[in-house]
Formats: sequence, C-alpha cells, structure tokens
Amino acid sequence: MTATGVPGHLTQGSATRGGIGESTLRPDGTLKVTGEFAYASDMWHEDMLWGHTLRSPHAHARIVSVDTGEALAQAGVYAVLTHDDLPAEVKNYGLEIQDTPALAHGRVRHHGEPVALVAADHPETARRAAAKIKVVYEELPLVTDEASATAPGAPLLHEGRDDHHAAHTPHPNIVHRQPIVHGDVAAGRARADVVVTGEYVFGMQDQAFLGPESGLAVPAEDGGVDLYVATQWLHADLRQIAPVLGLPEEKVRMTLSGVGGAFGGREDLSMQIHACLLALRTGKPVKMVYNRFESFFGHVHRHPAKLHYEHGATRDGKLTHLVCRIVLDGGAYASSSPAVVGNAASLGAGPYVIDNVEIETLALYTNNPPCGAMRGFGAVQACFAYEAQMDKLAAALGMDPVELRQLNAMEQGSVLPTGQSVDSPAPVAELLRRVKARPLPPERQWESAGGPADVRALPGGLSNTTHGEGVVRGVGYAVGIKNVGFSEGFDDYSTARVRLQVAGGEPVAVVHTAMAEVGQGGITVHAQIARTELGVSQVTIHPADTQVGSAGSTSASRQTYVTGGAVKHACEAVREKVLERGRAKLGTYHPAWATAELLLEGGKVVTDGGEVLASLAEVLGDEVVDLELEWRHRPTEPFDLRTGQGNGHVQYSFAAHRAVVEVDTELGLVKVVELACAQDVGKALNPLSVVGQIQGGSTQGLGVAVMEEIVVDPATAKVRNPSFTDYLIPTILDTPTIPVDVLELADDHAPYGLRGVGEAPTLSSTPAVLAAIRAATGLELNRTPVRPEHLTGS
Amino acid sequence: MRVNFTVNGRRQEADDVWEGESLLYVLRERMGLPGSKNACEQGECGSCTVRLDGVPVCSCLVAAGQAQDRDIVTVEGLAALAACRTEGGDCASGACGTGLDEARQWRADPARGTDSQTGEGTELSPVQQAFIDAGAVQCGFCTPGLLVAADEMLEANPSPSDADIREALSGNLCRCTGYEKILDAVRLAAARQEGTVSR
Repeated sequence: MTATGVPGHLTQGSATRGGIGESTLRPDGTLKVTGEFAYASDMWHEDMLWGHTLRSPHAHARIVSVDTGEALAQAGVYAVLTHDDLPAEVKNYGLEIQDTPALAHGRVRHHGEPVALVAADHPETARRAAAKIKVVYEELPLVTDEASATAPGAPLLHEGRDDHHAAHTPHPNIVHRQPIVHGDVAAGRARADVVVTGEYVFGMQDQAFLGPESGLAVPAEDGGVDLYVATQWLHADLRQIAPVLGLPEEKVRMTLSGVGGAFGGREDLSMQIHACLLALRTGKPVKMVYNRFESFFGHVHRHPAKLHYEHGATRDGKLTHLVCRIVLDGGAYASSSPAVVGNAASLGAGPYVIDNVEIETLALYTNNPPCGAMRGFGAVQACFAYEAQMDKLAAALGMDPVELRQLNAMEQGSVLPTGQSVDSPAPVAELLRRVKARPLPPERQWESAGGPADVRALPGGLSNTTHGEGVVRGVGYAVGIKNVGFSEGFDDYSTARVRLQVAGGEPVAVVHTAMAEVGQGGITVHAQIARTELGVSQVTIHPADTQVGSAGSTSASRQTYVTGGAVKHACEAVREKVLERGRAKLGTYHPAWATAELLLEGGKVVTDGGEVLASLAEVLGDEVVDLELEWRHRPTEPFDLRTGQGNGHVQYSFAAHRAVVEVDTELGLVKVVELACAQDVGKALNPLSVVGQIQGGSTQGLGVAVMEEIVVDPATAKVRNPSFTDYLIPTILDTPTIPVDVLELADDHAPYGLRGVGEAPTLSSTPAVLAAIRAATGLELNRTPVRPEHLTGS
Repeated sequence: MRVNFTVNGRRQEADDVWEGESLLYVLRERMGLPGSKNACEQGECGSCTVRLDGVPVCSCLVAAGQAQDRDIVTVEGLAALAACRTEGGDCASGACGTGLDEARQWRADPARGTDSQTGEGTELSPVQQAFIDAGAVQCGFCTPGLLVAADEMLEANPSPSDADIREALSGNLCRCTGYEKILDAVRLAAARQEGTVSR
C-alpha cells in the first residue's frame, strides 16, 4: 500500500550513492505516475459499506429533535448514528482543547457541523438516506466577529469552559490571548520622525489539498478497529480517536494510506472517528470519502485576521517602535488556535530589529467555520501586514523599500521581541539583495513582431479581455520569518526504528517511522539519510503506522529536521552496534578496529583513511541490528502570559520574494508575470524537493493574494463558495515562472545544518504580490485577496 | 444497467451500474482502476481526466451509460498506449493494453496486507518517466489527470511552446508543485520524444 524502496538505478554501485545532498528521486514516484499508488480514497475491502455525514445547514442552532427512523428504513442502509449512539463517556475531541463533539450534542455551532452518520451499501444510498434524517433546529443568535463575540450578553460558544487558557483570557469567547511587551514603546515613539499606521484584513484561505478526506475502517475480531487514513500525525489522531470509541489505544491500529496533500488541513480529525463508529456498529468495513463540497466543511481553514499596525522610524530609516494588534477568527472550535496565536504574536514584528514593541494577539470563538493550521500558521497573516507597513514607511521616508528593510534586517545574534536571541544565520538582507539583483522579465511579452498580441501572456488570458491597453506593470518585494518545529515548550520529539541486516549477501536497511508522507518527500530524505549514515545502497521505507513510536506532525516545516534527526540518530546507534560487533568478531585481525575512526561506506567498514576493514556481510553474518529510538531537538519555553518573553522557538526559516505583476486597470485583472524567491535552507538534503517546496509554497501565497478566499456571509455565517467552481486556486495559467535561489548557511544546532523549508515561501509571496499590485496601481489595498472590484473601485 | 466499453484496449463489461453513476465511479469502484482521481467530482480539477474516444474528458462528468461502446484510456493504460504508438499498432483492437486482472492487482485492499511495492521495473510512457525525473510529482493526486492531458497534448503537438503547455494543462489543478516542474516534465518528455535529450 505505501510505497517503499527506491528505484533500481539509484541503488546500484558499490559507493554509497543517493545520500544526502543529492536529488534522488521519490521512491513512490513510479506508483504515483502509473495510478497504482493507493490513496485513502482508493482503499477497498470486500463487503465494505460507505459512510456519509449529515451536516448542519445552520451556523448556530439548538437541535430540537432528530428522527432517524425513515433513514434507517431505507433498503441498503445498515446504520444511522447520532450523538446518542456514542459509546463512551468521552464524546469530544480536539488537538489541544477537547471542545469538539464527535457528533453534535443538542446544539450546532457552525455551518457544516456533523450531526449524524449513515452507513449503506452504495454511496448514493447513504447520501439519500442522510437526507431523510429529520432534524428540527431552532436558530440561535450569531457571534461572527470581535464586536459581537465580546459584546455584553454575547452568546458564549463554550459556556463553563475550563481549559488551561480560560483563566487568562479577557472573555470566554476569546480562545487565547498573547501579549508581547519589549522595550519602551513610548520612548521609541518619542524618537520617531515618521509614524505609519494601517488596518489590514486577511481573508479565510483553504488548504485545498486535492485528495479529499478519506479512509477505511475495518472492524477486528478483538473488538478493535484497523483504520487506514490520510492524516498528518497518526499518533495525535489515535490519542483523540480511541477515547471516543471507548477503546484502549492498542485496539485502534492506524496505518497511513496515501495522502493527497495536507498543508495543515489534516491536523484535525475529519472522518476518522465517524468511520470507526460505523464500522464497529455494523461489524463491516466502512469507507468514507468526502466530495469537494463536504471537504470545505470537513477541515479547518487558515484564520482570517484583522491586523492593526503602527511603525515608527527615524529620518534615516531606523525603526523606533512597533505597536500591533492581531485578531484571528478561530471559528466555533479551538483546533490549533492557541498555537497560531503564539506564532502570530512572537513573529508579529517580522525579521526586523525593533527595540520597542507592544503586540497583542488573540483568537476568537465565533460561529464562523473553525480555523486552525495552514502552511505558515499565524506567521502568514502577520507578514502580510508588516510588509505592507514597510512599503508604507519607505514611501513616507522617501526611501527605497528594499533598502529600508535591509537597514532594519535581523541577523544572527539579533533579539526577537520575545527576548530570544537568533542563534543561527539570519541572512534577511542577503535574501532581499538576491531577489532584487535578478534581471527583470522583459516588458510587454505579449507582443510579437508584427503579429497580433498573444493574449495568453496578458491579464485575462484567453478571455481576450485586453490586447495590452490599460495594462500596467508593478514590482514588489517582501521577506518573512517563520519558526520551524513546535514551539512554546512542546515536547516535539520523533521516533525512528532502523534495522540493518544482510540479505542475499547485500546489506539492506529498513527505516520505520510514523511520519506522514503527505507529498513533501520525507520518505525520499529518510532513505538518503540512511544511505549516508549506514553506507548501504538498499534502503526500504516501512509503511507509516502506529506500531512504531510517534513521529510528531508533518507540520511546522519540522519533519526533515525532527524525524530526519530521529532517523539519523537511530542510524548512528545502529552503526555503533555494527562497529561493536565488528570489533568483537574481527578486532584481533587488524589494529585499526581499535585505533581508527571507523565509517560505513559502500557496504563496508572503512577507516577514515579509506582502508577497508570488512564487509557488512562479514561483520553481521545472519545477525540483525534493530533499534527504535526517540530524538529531540533543543527544548523551548512557553511565552510569559503577560510579557510574551521566553525562548519559545527552536529554529527560524527565512525567505524573500520579488513579484512582478501586470494589471489590467480597467477590468481589475492581475497577471503575476514572475515570482522570484530566495530562501536559506541551511542544507538542501534533496535540492530537487527543496525547490519544489519553495515553488509550491510560493504559489499558495500567490493564491491568497489574488483569488483564494472562503466567503462567509456575515449575516448567516454560512460558507458561500464551498466548491472549486467558486473557490479558485491558481491554475498553471495563473502561476508564473518561479525562479528560486537557494542559500545553504548551516544552522549548527540542526541535523546536517538543515533548516525547515516548507512554510517560509508561503509568507512573503502574498505581500510581495500585493506590493507589486500597489506599485502598479497606486492603490492602498489593505486586504487580501485582492479582487477586481478593489482595483477598479466598482 | 450493464455497460460495455473498451478500457485501455480491452473490451470490458460493468454490471449492476446505477444510472446515476459517473464513468469515474465505474472505473474506480467497479473496474478496480482507481488511478483516475476524485478530487472535486464537479469537472473543475481535471484529476479524473481520461480519454474518451481519444478526447480528454473529466470522467466525473461523463455518465457511465455514455461510455457504452466507447474507447476509454486511463492513466493505467498510458504506458501501453505509448508503446502502441511507438510500434504503430492499433490500440482499439485490444492487441495491446492492460488487462483488468492485471490492473486489479493494484487494488488497494488492506486485507491483502500493507506490504509495499515500488513499481520498480514497471514499463512507463515517456511522459510518465519525465514527471518522475523532473520532480513534477509531490503528493501525486493531480498526476494521473495531468499525465493523460499531457500525453494527449504531446501526441497532437510534439513540440509545444510553454504557452501551449500552459493552455493544454490549464484544466488540471495541482496544489503542491506550483507547476514549474510540471512544465519541466512536459518539456523534457517532448525533448526526449524528439530525440534531442536522451533518457
């Protein structure tokens, strides 16, 4: 089911090829191009049933009654479940705060909340039966923004909440609040020659992974269940699923099936508990596959945000102070809102040195769709605002916007507003220099010598809306900072099991982790690490499951660092065992066994001088070395609840973009012509994959700059565009050339010096595009995404 | 109802098909060919792209009954189709193509164990190989649809410009790659076909 191993042409030869630093190809590539790779929605089992979810049509309502009789009477229907059918004391789940009902209990808090489940022998039968469940709702008043959430007498989303944030939030409809106080803002303001302020709005973005939420639950003879599912963190799922099923964790066996993208949208549970409940009730395997409409309700989104920023600077451009307030809409359930607040607050000043800072960040409970993790995780919204501020400040000072940024850029040794020192390279100014130094793409590329305009190169494209008239160009820059790994004192460990043995005369390593491969290429990198550390060509990647310890989440740009670190650590321990055995078995034949630094290379034990002491076959014979070990990065600390001070982060990732856009000012259409990126990755373990991550992340940032937004009706809190017809993501026509400049400045604290890659490019891409549109049009544009009406004023 | 059609060069028969089922559903759930993907099921993303009598279509928008007596090529048949093109054979005759039994061994059945296969040694079409080599595959969910669309474009236009590639693939959404490496892959496949770049 899960792809393993490596293509043959990569494993040949006696030298250990395919190690770190090479662009080895994906081990699952062949399966993915032939259609054989088994995604969660491809799972199949003899006699399986199809599950379907009935969801709330209202954003806030009391459930007066539920009548499942008619649905249950339908031919082909095996089960209909509601909250009353939940088998255990535990009825709620949640990543951090267990506030989310597995099925709604007496009340729905957002549009699309799951209310009931159906299992039937055909997906259409299940859908039609769900439509026959009679639910009587009584609508309740809505809470949709900060004003309505904190108004006197506002309905509370979670009365009597007793989570660990409850005591310090100023209102029960505020999930978490994190202030940061650093230096003396009044003194800074007094020194400022120029002060600029801005109010910014960031729209709700969807992860829009292409593989819908899906999985297959198979009931087992021991009363447990086997769940095959697409997720980002198997063990976190398990921790949330088992209590609601009333089963011990060892009776819920999870295996990762093929994952069609994630981007944060699979951190929270979707169909996992539901499929298991139906399978345990019916005694039959149950498959659930969301369609795109349901997928828009089936996962959390990126927090929409309102941001107020004030920056001051001296006449020569030195920043004097920052005051900012960031309000994130967390929607009906907590999801990962508290951690998103921590990120937005601690990175709210951006990659700049500012001595005097006051930041307040909070997340609301509202009746809007729940929001949680998406690539960039709180740092994205802040970057959009502080980078707009940098341009505004540069204009007010009459300075070049890149020079202003470079003048204030953080570097190694700079101190964040949290008081934490940046103790690894921070080449912010250099990244900007690199994108700026690139030659600009030629102007008026739609023109051909003498011929008609190639409309494909113009805003509006084949819609043939312009032949170049009314089209203006703009160039914009932005840079951002993202933390890597889980922060604020979280025990962010990973586990790897590595087995080394000789089979058929050839040494073979097996790497087993629970890491969710969601497309990022972690499995490619794990095989590379094993080849480098163990000097073997053949590495098999075991399917990810819960039979091995937790790998933590495929989130926060952390897996290459943390699970990569765990694989490296386990390989090193295996290597030590091999050398121990070699010394015991063969030490008397050569003094170098005792005296030299020994390595594994090309299937052999060699001295650092290159002398071969023995083959692995000679050392190991029939023996198997098999170790499972945990690995941790440096610990972090929580942020102080009043001052926000603390060494909260383990590593940072920096990227800069230059966007070149052409805007049809009459119709408000934007074409991004080029989106250049420069990023420091510490060490590119797989350069091809690194560039792919940067280009993909940049494109998601472009999407939320010019098209992507979940539109929630403020009057009803209902989602108005839950489809790919109405929620647009960039096509190949919307996406420009993305030249990438990769720096490799090692972080000495990290394995191989590497730096997490995936998220940073999503930060600066959006503000760079916005800056370019502002430069082209002269408009202020304080919200993203920019829509045509914002450009034409219509 | 019963649907008779040709899938990847072989005559096939699907029984007990409900009239509301799409061609995509029949391929995935009744033929054991899950390569065509179900990302939106509303004709917006192109991940279910197959060729219907040679023309790329979103199979989620084709009613199963409309496939009666038609020729379907899915991602599972691309390698055979490419081999057939090279040999100048007649693909519709059933002389080449992937048999259903052969294809069904790919079926994702956890009861058969979760042991892996790498697909090592599998025969690939030039465009499939180019997607792997150029790094155009990340999560891979868009890949089957893109491959069918790209293969058809290269059949009609062996030397496409970048604008041609973008236009031909504009109906296929990808969320992972930013499309750069997909462009690279199609350029690479075109160059290899023309013999200007070797494998």
